Amino acid sequence: MSTIKEIQTEITEDFAIFDDWMQKYEYLIDLGKELSPIDEQYKTEDNLIKGCQSRVWLHAEYTKGKIIYTADSDAIMTRGIIAVLINVLSGQSPSEIANAKLDFINKIGLKEQLSPTRANGLVSMIKQMKIYALAFNN
Amino acid sequence: MLDINKIRAQFPILNRKVNGKDLVYFDNGATTQKPQSVIDAEATYYANENSNVHRGVHFLSGLATDKFEETRNTVQAFIGAKHNHEIIFTKGTTDSINLVANGFRTLLNKGDEIIISEMEHHSNIVPWQMCCEISGATLKVIPLLDNGSLDMHEFDNLLSKNTKLVSVSHISNALGTVNDIETIIAKAHNFNAKVMIDGAQAASHVALDMQKLDADFYCFSAHKLFGPTGVGVLYGKEEILNVLPPYQGGGEMIKEVSFAKTTYACLPHKFEAGTPNISGVIAFKQAIDFITDLEIAEITKYEEELLKYATAEVLKIEGLKIYGTAAHKSGIISFNIEGLHPYDIGVIVDKMGVAIRTGHHCTQPIMDRFNIPGTARISLSVYNTKQEIDVCVKAIKKAKLMLS
Repeated sequence: MSTIKEIQTEITEDFAIFDDWMQKYEYLIDLGKELSPIDEQYKTEDNLIKGCQSRVWLHAEYTKGKIIYTADSDAIMTRGIIAVLINVLSGQSPSEIANAKLDFINKIGLKEQLSPTRANGLVSMIKQMKIYALAFNN
Repeated sequence: MLDINKIRAQFPILNRKVNGKDLVYFDNGATTQKPQSVIDAEATYYANENSNVHRGVHFLSGLATDKFEETRNTVQAFIGAKHNHEIIFTKGTTDSINLVANGFRTLLNKGDEIIISEMEHHSNIVPWQMCCEISGATLKVIPLLDNGSLDMHEFDNLLSKNTKLVSVSHISNALGTVNDIETIIAKAHNFNAKVMIDGAQAASHVALDMQKLDADFYCFSAHKLFGPTGVGVLYGKEEILNVLPPYQGGGEMIKEVSFAKTTYACLPHKFEAGTPNISGVIAFKQAIDFITDLEIAEITKYEEELLKYATAEVLKIEGLKIYGTAAHKSGIISFNIEGLHPYDIGVIVDKMGVAIRTGHHCTQPIMDRFNIPGTARISLSVYNTKQEIDVCVKAIKKAKLMLS
């Protein structure tokens, strides 16, 4: 299993091949479509991360010292970014997740997707992923 | 006939690029852009006129006060109010509604009823819920018909001798419906109920005449009619504003203060506690002058033409559905495309320089009524063009292609 840092480097390299926003968005849309579905039973009100516009559900399970995240959204662009985040953080240990510096977001030019004005729940999603990590760390 | 290029030339922001493309600004329902005259008036005030109003004896205070009051007179003429002291400056439409709701709750008793509608913006729902919670009054809601107009038959059923106030929007921000407020006001008055009209989406689009309309309260925001943010208007009939208790206590709104008893100032100052947004109010005059110079009837006519064109063009997109298809509409097109989330459409067209709004538009009850998470919304203004509509339609088509 690669470390969070290694995966981030890999993702940054993946995105570097795109010349323009459209290719990048199309790639995200593809990632969104391919995102492993969350078990329907976890699409509950409790697991809902409330953004202003698109809804995001996040579920976390702790097994053998690792956290496995599954998530979904009703907007496809949001699903794409979720897919990237899960790729980076899922399967890592709670302490690694809690301490992870997610600098790839800036590097791949997705910072605008995370600004509060996008109101898509992603900032809250990262926060919630880290809260799970802290909870499982204790 | 309006010269749109000449109008556009007055708005410096329309020359800028967004994501490398010419800006197409179709989020006028949220706020309009500002003409150079408004921008200059703000700067001139701070460079040359800055002083507090209604207080000082010195030259600058007099100058600032005169200009501040000049805007009040301009607003009075713009909306056809009987007296200039019937114009209260607030922070915006939300503030205006809260002012009335806050005062009205002291006049209500258990068993009294307030009527609003299902199409209201949250700012014309929540203040009344708060008002009812405290006063014990009951909130009634006029339902929407499928085409996004109000069920006037149901409105008749809701009206009774218990109705004390009806508060509805002039134009729906999420659907574009122009409500028949003349009829609503007349019917409510038959039951001696007062009527408040939320004119946030109307004031820059249709002519207003308070004396003819006979509304008891009418409110709107400067920033939605080419003026600065943080300035709003509350119009109220003199006799009702006199009965309404003050909203906030502080300086300016008093006649005499002592620890035994404080008496309140006359209208409009009774409702204008504290230092107001002086630069904003002064610049607001330029915004109204901009509209008056063009003639509001010409604006209405041009925007109707744009709406007709835009509606026909977007409907050519397969799977697109418009929410709000009432016979009488203002320049707002709220839509969804089958199988797509409005958020995804919004972020993609943004990359092509097109600014539209997506989401629930602070009207969650409307979204619940139509069982949708939100819509994408095009809202037009007088500086928009058919060419911009073409760019927007092309961007939506591209988004659809990418997302499907």
